[in-house]
Formats: sequence, C-alpha cells, structure tokens
Amino acid sequence: MSAVSEKFATYSTWRRVLSPTGNTGDAVFRILMLLVALLMVGIVLAKMIALSADSVLSIRQFGFGFLTSQHWDPINGKFGALPFIYGTVASSLIALLISVPFSLGIAIFLVEQAPHYIAKPVGFLVELLAAIPSVVYGLWGIFVLGPFMRQYIQPALASWLGWLPLFRGTITGIGLLTGGLILAIMVTPIISAVVRDVLASVPGSQREAALALGATKWEMIRVVLVNGAPGIAGAVILGLGRALGETMAVTMVIGNRPEISLSVFEPSYTIASAIANEFTEATGDLYLSSLVELGLILFLVTFIVNGIARVLVWNVTRQTGGVGRAA
Amino acid sequence: MTNYGHADQMRRATSAVMTTLTALCTVLAVAALVVILFYIAWQGIGSLSLQFLIDRPRPVGEGGGIGNAIVGSLVLLLISSAFGLPLGICVGVYLSEIGRGRFGGTVRFIVDTLTGIPSIVTGVFVYAILVLPMKHFSAFAGGVALALIMIPIVARTTEEMLKLVPHSLREGALALGAPQWRVILGVVIPAAAPGIATGAMLAIARVSGETAPLLFTAFGSRFFPTSLNEPIASLTVQIYNYAISPYDEWHAQAWAATLVLMTLVLGINIIVRFLTRRKF
Repeated sequence: MSAVSEKFATYSTWRRVLSPTGNTGDAVFRILMLLVALLMVGIVLAKMIALSADSVLSIRQFGFGFLTSQHWDPINGKFGALPFIYGTVASSLIALLISVPFSLGIAIFLVEQAPHYIAKPVGFLVELLAAIPSVVYGLWGIFVLGPFMRQYIQPALASWLGWLPLFRGTITGIGLLTGGLILAIMVTPIISAVVRDVLASVPGSQREAALALGATKWEMIRVVLVNGAPGIAGAVILGLGRALGETMAVTMVIGNRPEISLSVFEPSYTIASAIANEFTEATGDLYLSSLVELGLILFLVTFIVNGIARVLVWNVTRQTGGVGRAA
Repeated sequence: MTNYGHADQMRRATSAVMTTLTALCTVLAVAALVVILFYIAWQGIGSLSLQFLIDRPRPVGEGGGIGNAIVGSLVLLLISSAFGLPLGICVGVYLSEIGRGRFGGTVRFIVDTLTGIPSIVTGVFVYAILVLPMKHFSAFAGGVALALIMIPIVARTTEEMLKLVPHSLREGALALGAPQWRVILGVVIPAAAPGIATGAMLAIARVSGETAPLLFTAFGSRFFPTSLNEPIASLTVQIYNYAISPYDEWHAQAWAATLVLMTLVLGINIIVRFLTRRKF
C-alpha cells in the first residue's frame, strides 16, 4: 500500500489523508469510518459534559466540601461523598491485597511451569471466572460467602487478630471485608490474564541466561518478574480500575451504610453502590445532582486509572511482543 | 564445601516451595469456579420448570416465572446488537485499516480506556441523555446503554482480528486495481469474518450479564413487554430484585433465573472457545 501512496505523494496532504489512492469511493469510505471513530471521542466528551452538567447543582452547593464531608443525609439535604470514597478505596485495596499474590501465582504457574496441555484448558477455566456476571457473584455472596464469613472466617480473625482495631466489631458476615473478598475473586482473572500476557512477552533469552548461570526455577522466575515489572504494575492498576467501579456484587454484600469505620467487619458503602441503590429513589434535584456528581468522580478516576494501566501494559507487551511469544 | 551445599539445598527448597504455591493458587482459582458453578446448578435446578420459564412474576406464594425477563433480556440484546455491533466493527476497521497516525492512536487509547469505565457510569450517562428528556424509563434507553458498553469491546476484538489477515491479501487485491474500500469490504473483512463473529458473540455474552446500567434505564417490569418505549424486565435485574427480597420463594427463583443466565453466558463463552481453539 505504501507504494500506492508514494505514487500520489504529490497530492496535497488533505487529499492524501482522505484518499491515498485517488478513488472517490475510498474518500467516502474513509470519511464514514473517520466519523465513527470521531463518535468514540464524542462519547467520552459527551459523558464528561452530561455528567458535569447534571452535577452543577451539587457542585455549586457544596464545592470541594463534597469530597471531604462525612455527612450523607438526604433527609436534611446534606451530601458529602467521603464515606463512599473511603468505602470504594478500602474495598478495592482489600481486593488487591488478596488478589495480587494469587494472580501472580496463577500467571507464573500457567506461563512458566505448566505444560501446554494443562496451561490452555486451565487458563480458560480461570478466564471463565471473569465471564460470571456481577449480579451472580452478588447472589452467591449473599447466600454462600456471607454466611461462611460469619461462621468461620470472621470469628477466627477476631480471635487471632482482635487486638487490632481492624478486626473488632459485630460479626455479621456482611461488610467491608466480604465486599473486598468478592471483589478479589472478580478481579483475579483480569489481573492474571494481563500478567500472563506480560510474562509471555519477556524474551526467552532472559530465562535461558538465568538457567545457564545456574539459577533454580524460582530464581529464573524472579528474573522474568523483574523484566515484566512495569507491565505487572499495569495489570494491578487495571484490576484496581475494575474494583473501583464494580457495582452489583459489592452492593449486595457490603452492607450499604454511609459510615466510616476502622473495622473491616462493619458495613460500608461504595460510590458505585450508592448510585445503584439510591438513584431511582432520589427525591429532589439536589439529591439526584449529588448522585450524578458521584458518577462524575467515578468516571474521571476510572478513566485516569485505566489510562495509566493501558500505557504501562502497552509499553511492555509491544516492545518485546514478537520475540517472547516464540519462547 | 558443606556450606555451599547447604545454601544450594536452601535454594532448591525455596524453588520447590514457591513453584508449589503457584500451582496451589491456580488450583484454588479453579476450585472457586467449580464451587460457584455447582452451587448455582444445585440451587437452581430445584425451581426450574417449563412453567417457570414462560410465566411472568406473581406475588409471593403464587409461583410465577421469568418468561417476561427472558423476553426482555432478548429484546435488550437485540437493540444493543443493532447499534453496538455495526458501530463497533466500523471502529475496529478504522483502527486496523485507516487510523495509523496520531489520531488513530488517540482513538485506540480512548476505546481501550472506555472498556474499563464502570458500566454504572454508562447507566447514569444514558439516564441523563435519554431517560430525563423522555421523562420515563424505556427498553430503548436500556438497549442504548448496553450498546455503549458493547462498542469498545467489539472494536478492539475486530481490530485484533483484522490485523491477523495477512498483508499479502491486501496487496494482492490492490495490485489487481481494486480501490481500498473494496479491498476492505470484499477481501479483508470476509477473511476475518469468523474472528469478528466470535468477538461479537463474546460482547453479547458480556452485556447479557450487565445489571448496573439497566437499573435506571430499562428499570424492570413485572409484565411482558408491549413497546420499546416503556420499562422492560431483564434476567439480571430480576435476579437482583429477588436476591435482595426477604422471601425464600423469591430467593429460590433468583437461583433458578441465575442458572438460566449462566447457561446462556457460559454457553456462548465455551462455544466461542471451541470455535477458536486453533488460535489460542
């Protein structure tokens, strides 16, 4: 194709962009495709504009105080987002704490250890965990994971680690810890899938060099991990983005109480679950506007988080992509 | 020498322990999947009957079913596919065949980032641009919300599939004198069609499990749909409403509805994997 465009290199740039082959049909086709691509940019801008426009009321009323106020009191018209921000960040951090070691373990096993005939089907099974809808995890969380936490895990934690304020409080099975745990199950397949790609793109020569110097299997794996570190960081941030915005499963097990508590046993509330729960019953413009502002915050944060993650993952998998696949 | 041997044994032991741990992580993840799936099957199968699949919801104690929710979910999937698939495929074509410059890179970045935006944000967005001006929830709004989630997924898989088409095919067609648009429509897309189709199926599987964007766009309904301009039921919203209800009978129905939903979602995923065995 480059030969074709060289032939028309004398055309004006504008003309060449639209139709490098000088064909009218091409110009029409390119413009159509370009419009659709512009639509993508338009959707992002429209989301930002629509969400901002509908949260103007709340932004004017509370300003930056919205982010730092602890009081979410719809009856008295007071809206502060801090309990939701806390709940969102805390549940996501719990999820990452649990899921990152697991995801790394799974990815290492599938890329570095398991033979192909095991890695393929098992990798598919792990990916199936990501295909289970959020609401199904929520249902399972309410009736299986919640009671299990109440009966076994939380009493055990309270008796061993009860001296920490983190593990005190009433044991109900529903709360921040259960929310974080269900998030962990949900983000594990996502993080491990990206880490698998990252590890696979580390050149085989790195492994051979380590082994040739007398490294054990695990020492070789550490060399591979160091090589893929930026991509692994990207994978973790990608998982964070998913955990921050996950709605249904968390809503169903986190308890939905807008309070900040040190204990991970206590109910909490996330930005996404606040929107899911209260949007349809929001009476009054200010209430609705505050909820839309929560949506705007979630949009901006996840957009930035995902952007960072993509850049990190792209840099690793693209640099060495072709070489590593062969290994 | 003995010292060296000891250190060596420690290294080997560490290696053995760590590589066992990684295997254990994998076993646990697969075990979690098996436990969840079997629990759904075990709980769901009890309330499943033909009557349950075709009836509409009834008050507690009178049975009822999820027929309207199944129809509603299918309608929502049809609307979202009608918008989402063609637009997504076009964006994919743009990214693979046309947008190679800086603007193409920007679009690729935006599309990639859009796939990570929480679906509930899309719900709020569609509420703001469609539900508020129309002043009521509607099947149409729900379909648009799902389409918006579908587009970036379809776009990225289409782009990946088109990139797998060998350059020699494009060059051959161009050398025969075909303009680029005919090369793309007549040669490149047909060559990648099976891949594009599987990508589309995965996107459909993904949005059929979405709940959050439907809560305040399609809203839900206890009746069979009669118009696209009114609220409509869906399997996922029905499961949610029944799950958080206080009635044991509705909990049982939630499990049965989940079994139906999971059969659809996992069925698509497994079929797709089976069809694309060669590539992975």
